[in-house]
Amino acid sequence: MLKKITAAAGVVLLSVLTACGSGDGGASSTNSGGSKDGITMGFAQVGAESGWRTANTKSIQDEAKAAGIDLKFSDGQQKQENQIKAIRSFIQQKVDVIAFSPVVETGWDAVLEEAKAANIPVILTDRAIDSDDESLYATFLGSDFVEEGRKAGKWLAENAGGPVNVVELQGTTGSAPANDRKKGFAETIASKPDIKVVASQTGDFTRSGGKQVMEAFLKSVPKIDVVYAHNDDMGLGAIEAIKAAGKVPGKDIRIITVDAVKDGMTALAAGEINYIVECSPLLGKQLMELAKKVVAGEQVPKRVVTEETTFTQEQAKAALPTRQY
Amino acid sequence: MNRLWWALGALVALLVLNVVVTPSFFSIRMQDGHLYGSVIDILKNGAPTLLIALGMTLVIATRGIDLSVGAVVAIAAAVTCEYIATSSDPGSASTALVGMAISLGLCLVLGLWNGFLVAVLRIQPIVATLVLMTAGRGIAMLVTDGQIITVNNETYRSVGAGFVLLPLAILISVAVLALVAVATRKTALGLLIEAVGVNPEASRLAGVQSRTIIWTVYVFAALCAGVAGLMISSNVSAADANNAGLWIEMDAILAVVIGGTSLAGGRYSLTGTLLGALVIQTLTTTVYTAGIAPEITLVFKAVVVVVVILFQSPKVQALFRRRPKRPVAEVLKPQEVAS
Repeated sequence: MLKKITAAAGVVLLSVLTACGSGDGGASSTNSGGSKDGITMGFAQVGAESGWRTANTKSIQDEAKAAGIDLKFSDGQQKQENQIKAIRSFIQQKVDVIAFSPVVETGWDAVLEEAKAANIPVILTDRAIDSDDESLYATFLGSDFVEEGRKAGKWLAENAGGPVNVVELQGTTGSAPANDRKKGFAETIASKPDIKVVASQTGDFTRSGGKQVMEAFLKSVPKIDVVYAHNDDMGLGAIEAIKAAGKVPGKDIRIITVDAVKDGMTALAAGEINYIVECSPLLGKQLMELAKKVVAGEQVPKRVVTEETTFTQEQAKAALPTRQY
Repeated sequence: MNRLWWALGALVALLVLNVVVTPSFFSIRMQDGHLYGSVIDILKNGAPTLLIALGMTLVIATRGIDLSVGAVVAIAAAVTCEYIATSSDPGSASTALVGMAISLGLCLVLGLWNGFLVAVLRIQPIVATLVLMTAGRGIAMLVTDGQIITVNNETYRSVGAGFVLLPLAILISVAVLALVAVATRKTALGLLIEAVGVNPEASRLAGVQSRTIIWTVYVFAALCAGVAGLMISSNVSAADANNAGLWIEMDAILAVVIGGTSLAGGRYSLTGTLLGALVIQTLTTTVYTAGIAPEITLVFKAVVVVVVILFQSPKVQALFRRRPKRPVAEVLKPQEVAS
């Protein structure tokens, strides 16, 4: 604990000292010098904003090592300019393939043109970009958020057992996962007149947000049977609110969430959540396979969906001990 | 005083809107030995904003501003939860108390840092506190390794989610409010703070220790933010370095402004800040209970805030004052004829 605070203070001091003179590309490569025979990959990560992202990074680093790919890794700290700098430095270092998780959807055309001119293929992971020119990247590997919404809706349709009132806790308004998880869920339950979404508000993907919105719903919506939360954290916040209202989460009010992070899985195993649709960060293995194919010049599909599953309470109990994130 | 009426008017209007949309809005019942209802939620969820706004009021009264409070919230949350989670006995009351004491001690240091930059180095407050606003969240991320730290500690939980009939969080905030009111209004401290806000140089020449006063208000603001951080994180029993207290500095400044305190310093109203904080939280709760679509939530909030601020502006106030009784009499006449 103390060590961490000292380290934090040290880093702040360092960043103050180096703030004036930092002009390097921002890419801190973990390995120096590419191996002649193997593949060198430059990966520009978004940052380390959540446990999900940390697991994502670890999966990519581990699988690169396992696949014998020389990985140059850069942390963008949630800033597009850092990611662009990193990609430029990858181009200068003449890596074989560039992969990155774009922090925002737009503004990538210029730097991707440079990669294209240097004949370096680009793989998008986890998040898409908004560009008219599809030739800028080889493939996009990531979750299908609409499908996640569909899976949640499908489980409810099969397990509703009579008419149910659903309240929805949306993610950050306008974000792709929030839009798509809402859409997928809505289209699946559209054919079921018994299932009604009676209230829907944004909880900003946070526990505090989920708790505040749920507290308000519990007072303003007369009958709530099911909570559909766009991520585990909002679901965990809702559990707190339901308990404070004197009801039993998982029984009086059933809860469906998306993500399957460790805290969510723990609650699922404890019976407080009923169903979780996985949104897996462990795409390292698929990424390395794709990278090898792309470098070898093989055809790959433009869109590859991450291998994902769903968890019931029983499955959560079995999966929890080996859960990495 | 006039400005306070507008803040009060906005609060009443929002509450009326809520009752119209949700007739049971004011109903309060007992639930597991504590009060339960929408109004209680407003008080509980508004407590951290109120607390931070109190610190902000005094800072603004000295002609300063503190942008770093949101980052301090994140640090307090991160340090406490990390301490509890990594301790040998994560469930015990003593662990929670020690954790909270450590993080409040750290907040004191952060406040001293802000105060040092402003009072001693004479850096403009907005720039001085921007340093910690940017760096602070990074420090919190380092402490938590970028993860959300979940803790299971009943003592800690009670700070933000506990009840003694009323939510403990609001009791803490009101206690601090009372403390500040007594300390600044029953002694000369309030006058000295205002003097520093009006003219730091003149007040120094008149014998006021302006440096000490400025330093003190920044330390107090950081401590308030620290306690608010404990409330926010203990409310969900987790520290989220990314989102805890995000933009709360803006809410706090807005609460102070709605309460009629001028950003130019020199004069402040604690009652106004209380009203301002309540208006902001009621606004948020209204959005949820009235079922306003998330896409237009920000527009709704903006309209309410703009209306309140607009009516408080000196020009509009002057408009109201310029036509005293005559127009009222003219309006009355046709009605009298009709009846």
